[in-house]
Amino acid sequence: MNALLIALTFSAAQPLKVWHGYRGGEESALIEAAQRFTQETGTPVELLPVPYQTLASKLTSAIPHDAGPDVFIFAHERLRQFQRLGIVDRSTGRLEPRTYLPQSIDALTLDGETYGYPLAFKCVALYVNKKRVPKPPATTDELEALLPALSNPKERRFGLAYESGEPYYHAPILLGFGGALFDAQGRTTMNTPGMAKSLAWVLKLQERGFMPQEVSGALVLSLFNEGRAAMVVSGPWLAADIHKDIDYQVVPLPTVSETGLPLKPFLGVEAAFVSGRAEQPDIAHRFAKFLSLGAATQLRVEKGQQIPAELAAYETEAVKSNPLIAAFRAAAANAMPMPTTLEMARWWEPMKLTVRGVVQRTVTPEAAGAMGDRLYRALNRQSPPPTSPTPWLITLGVVLLGLFAYAFVDSRRGLPWRQRYPDTWRAVVYMAPAAIGIAVLVLIPFTVGISLSLFHYDAGTYTFVGWGNFIDILGSHDYSITEPLSFYFTLGVTILWTALNVALHVGIGLALAILLKEPLLKLRGVYRVLLIIPWAVPNYITALMWKGMFHRQFGAINGILELLGIEPVSWFTRFSTAFAANLATNTWLGFPFMMVVSLGALQSIPKDLYEAAEVDGASRWTQFRRITLPMLKPALLPSIILGTVWTFNMFNVIYLVSGGEPGGSTNILVTEAFRWAFERNEQYGFAAAYAVLIFVVLFIWSAFTKRLTTEKA
Amino acid sequence: MRRASPLSLWLINLVLIFVCAITLYPALWVVKLAFSEGQAISLSPSPLPDHFSFQHFIDLVGHVDSKGRWIFGRQLFSSLLVASTTTLIGLALAVSAAYALSRFRFPAREAGMQTLLITQMFPATLMLVPLYSLLQRLGLLNTRAGLVLVYATASLPFCVWMLKGYFDAMPKELEEAAMMDGASPLQVFWKVVLPLARPAIAVTGLFSFMTAWNEYILAATLLNDEALFTLPVALNRFVDEYKSEYGTFAAGALLVSIPVMALFYALQKHLVGGLTAGGVKG
Repeated sequence: MNALLIALTFSAAQPLKVWHGYRGGEESALIEAAQRFTQETGTPVELLPVPYQTLASKLTSAIPHDAGPDVFIFAHERLRQFQRLGIVDRSTGRLEPRTYLPQSIDALTLDGETYGYPLAFKCVALYVNKKRVPKPPATTDELEALLPALSNPKERRFGLAYESGEPYYHAPILLGFGGALFDAQGRTTMNTPGMAKSLAWVLKLQERGFMPQEVSGALVLSLFNEGRAAMVVSGPWLAADIHKDIDYQVVPLPTVSETGLPLKPFLGVEAAFVSGRAEQPDIAHRFAKFLSLGAATQLRVEKGQQIPAELAAYETEAVKSNPLIAAFRAAAANAMPMPTTLEMARWWEPMKLTVRGVVQRTVTPEAAGAMGDRLYRALNRQSPPPTSPTPWLITLGVVLLGLFAYAFVDSRRGLPWRQRYPDTWRAVVYMAPAAIGIAVLVLIPFTVGISLSLFHYDAGTYTFVGWGNFIDILGSHDYSITEPLSFYFTLGVTILWTALNVALHVGIGLALAILLKEPLLKLRGVYRVLLIIPWAVPNYITALMWKGMFHRQFGAINGILELLGIEPVSWFTRFSTAFAANLATNTWLGFPFMMVVSLGALQSIPKDLYEAAEVDGASRWTQFRRITLPMLKPALLPSIILGTVWTFNMFNVIYLVSGGEPGGSTNILVTEAFRWAFERNEQYGFAAAYAVLIFVVLFIWSAFTKRLTTEKA
Repeated sequence: MRRASPLSLWLINLVLIFVCAITLYPALWVVKLAFSEGQAISLSPSPLPDHFSFQHFIDLVGHVDSKGRWIFGRQLFSSLLVASTTTLIGLALAVSAAYALSRFRFPAREAGMQTLLITQMFPATLMLVPLYSLLQRLGLLNTRAGLVLVYATASLPFCVWMLKGYFDAMPKELEEAAMMDGASPLQVFWKVVLPLARPAIAVTGLFSFMTAWNEYILAATLLNDEALFTLPVALNRFVDEYKSEYGTFAAGALLVSIPVMALFYALQKHLVGGLTAGGVKG
């Protein structure tokens, strides 16, 4: 009877939808906590793990459409944006602030209201290999004294490693050397003595060979696990992957001897937020609060190795006996909660370019600050003056009317319709399904995308600005046309990129297809399958492999160069070599497709043509030029035209291999558009204007190829 | 055709082996990562694993969600279902549209071809936001059907262009002959045109399948249920800002590549053995 009752309440209760980005131990802890909540309240919980990189965009698109979760777990840094979009609900009054670490409540407070329930915090600290560094350094002087003995760049051993090109990791050093993110008015400021000193210090460590270059999170882990880096800077997430044989300890970052200030990392607070449009807000708040306290905290500590935000947790045995948690709590005492202001979102991208400029030695530490300020102004554009959309709407109406009128008049002229177009009805039947699909799913979003380019977007509001965005782009307002940020520079790079790639793809693809056609080749099938591999393995993973192969110190390509007695190359510090790295990757990725297309196309050439040519005594080369090439053209041309369009818009390779380095010079138009939309403070209108320009360039190009194809016919 | 001499055959083999070696080296790194212990990338240039282990595959394939569902199996099924329906629907739409564009005379034919090309020119990431609202209104959000429709229309332009090019190159005489023999237009299309177009259909089919099979951003945005996720979405959880599990990711990438390789192998004979000149004499 009892069981039946429970079953009834179970089926009656609507499940609570929860989205999160956790994996591994953190995920198991969440699953178990959710199960306990269901036991206590009878409300089932439906958990959805989402890749962390897409979680934010998924939340911002789903919740306003009422397709989102009731509760989501996210770091606090996007809180201001979430609040503006109305996708988070206040927790003021429901949450008891004194239960949590004060810093975590600060992080979740906006305009005097709190949002969400703090679960855990994350900041970086120093991981020290005990065998190589018995006494961890407390100051930068001690650190610098230790480093020479620990480093040997020839043997690829380093005293210290961290992601030196990332603003998140440079921020502690910047703050430790007395620098600041913002001036007294809260505006971003880069040109400060602290900035120059912090960058000079980093450059010094790198130039003396104490630190490796081009460091990614994965490299930090590998270096520490192989004992090649004696000390690394990372957060609590590193601990789970450290090899069992490595005896290590975690300590707060050292104090800067020159200023007496500690290196001050950013503090990120993870919280359970209730959606602003939750279907069951009360039970959602209850669940979010449940996750942040007591038994759920215990689970998160024990299974997920999280550093809890709840104060009471620090009195428990599980936390007291855990050295990692104690170390990170100590590190957090010096940390600065990452600001949630809109200005913070504007800080990242110019800061990243500035720091990378210095570690790649394209700018001196002294000049970097001024460059950073200039980049900040260029990347965070002022809105063009708003204008009235009425003239635009009138023009659009007139143009549409004109088009209809023309179509009507045109149909009355010349031969009767039936004679000119005898197959119209059959064509409608054959074409309708495809045409409807394209009209709805491609043309509508396409039109909306194009119209976005006439707006300026800032933190949730669109303003109509007419040509404003285009004038800014084409007038190259904030930078000369030879700078990487300028449209013309990027266009030049894009055209060079497209031309070289397509030539290589078609050349190599066709050559291989012709070789593979040889009928006496026994291993044909094997070769064909092996050569298709670059196309078959998803390109986002092979692009990452190639990036690894081009690494300055650990890449296979420099390894081969060294074997051949050639000086290793810093691939991503010069335009020419970075571009070559992208090109090599994309050639590798792209030739199999052209090979397959050519293989298919070669089959469409009737064999008797060759037989006739043999009889006439034509050489192989003549056969190739007179039969193969002309016959291939109709089947190959569409692939070449589309291949050009795809290469022009090839996002993954540029973004993942060179990432635009050095200084954004290897970006192509589509990666620029992406960065304006998603990395430079969501300037959607400006990004759409870039997209429209991409479209215009390709449109002109296609009009040109259209002439090419019709000439042939 | 002239027969190749043994010497030139050797040369061809040599060139192909060399190209295969270059092709395989980076791919072997994926294999190495997948079969190594731990999640760290290895720093030695050898493309063979230092410590051999199946652990990543076991973790990945054995993954069970909080409701005890065998999630990897469901996601594999989801991927296969989405990719194969995309291929079927995409091909059905593309073959008929391409045939009409190649053979019929009707208004706005050129404009139609150009429109198809144009849709490829606007960066897809900027169409995501409007597409999302649209699918929500159509009630297709968080459904495989919605995803299939989006993929099928996204791959249509290439398929239509590819097939039209092929149909254009195909001699009309065969169809005319069939008509003379009393075949209906539908019979001509079904019995004469389609079998002849096999190589092009194989290429476009492979292409549609891969578009759907490897796509990640749309799937991650449009689907809200773990059991509906396609494999690339599931895999992308292993690499993120804080922490990357490259080993598991690589193991997944290998598993994801296997069906594509198998499909390619199966399609090979159609890719090559399709059109013979026998039917068109004079």
